[in-house]
Amino acid sequence: MAALGFGLAPLGLAWAWARLFSPAKPNAVKNAIYECGLESRGDAWVQFRSAYYLYAIIFLVFDVEAVFLLPFAVAFTGLGVGACAAMLVFVLLLAEGLAWAWAKGVLTWA
Amino acid sequence: MAVEPDLKIELGKQGVFVTTVSEIYNWGRKNSVWPMQFGLACCAIEMIATTMARYDLARFGAEVFRPSPRQADLMIISGTITKKMAPQVVRLYNQMAEPKYVIAMGACAISGGPFKQGYNVLKGIDRYIPVDVHIPGCPPRPEALIHAFMTLQARIDAQPLIGSERPRHLDVDAQGLFPVPEQGAHDLEPPVNRLVWPLPASSKPAENCG
Repeated sequence: MAALGFGLAPLGLAWAWARLFSPAKPNAVKNAIYECGLESRGDAWVQFRSAYYLYAIIFLVFDVEAVFLLPFAVAFTGLGVGACAAMLVFVLLLAEGLAWAWAKGVLTWA
Repeated sequence: MAVEPDLKIELGKQGVFVTTVSEIYNWGRKNSVWPMQFGLACCAIEMIATTMARYDLARFGAEVFRPSPRQADLMIISGTITKKMAPQVVRLYNQMAEPKYVIAMGACAISGGPFKQGYNVLKGIDRYIPVDVHIPGCPPRPEALIHAFMTLQARIDAQPLIGSERPRHLDVDAQGLFPVPEQGAHDLEPPVNRLVWPLPASSKPAENCG
């Protein structure tokens, strides 16, 4: 109880101090919700098309591939057969995903 | 009623510190001015340099650049104000908490500067909001901004808390709203705020330099 009071009392004091002493000059512009200089317009609940999900997934195919392809290419001459096979499986998996998306007609957007 | 300086020094020698409410109030105000983090053009680079280690605006209690107008006291107009930007500047000024101050930094903020003849350049921000300190220069060096800041501090320090010269936030009747101009067909509407700009200014659509 005392701990709660110890926590809440400064908050209450700060609130009371502000209420008593702050030189409030409110007006319509000052009380506006947005504060970057521009007026807000429209609704905050903007909906994105679910088709963007597919863009993101296909982007990820190329993105992840590029991240792993560069070290693969750099270390290519020193790699054993096992490492090469693992990398090929990985690339094939991603390529398969791309082929699947292509077959589904995702890549032809209006 | 101020304490006489001689008496104050004499009491200070005895280890007694005397002050007045207005002195200590203004001392607090002048050393806690928080500028708004708001750059308009190249002068903003000098403003940034002023806050960095070499020039160190923190010595004057003004290192806290606030990214929101609601937490800022001082607006440094650092650069050219285009007519497209002017409504935003005035709106931000309106959203700042009282008491608020404005430093017009550089030739552009004062008068439009080298771009004065431009059809899209505002010929000085003091056509819309009251400016406390003007700094000439293109751009002014950080020392000039520090000088402007010290000038502002001296101004705050000298303000009486009662009477007709009292700061706006202590005057209940003082207007806190400065009308935000709108984009008209040829110019900002209105072209000037008559409350803060008494000098003649063309109200016609800008033929040359308004």
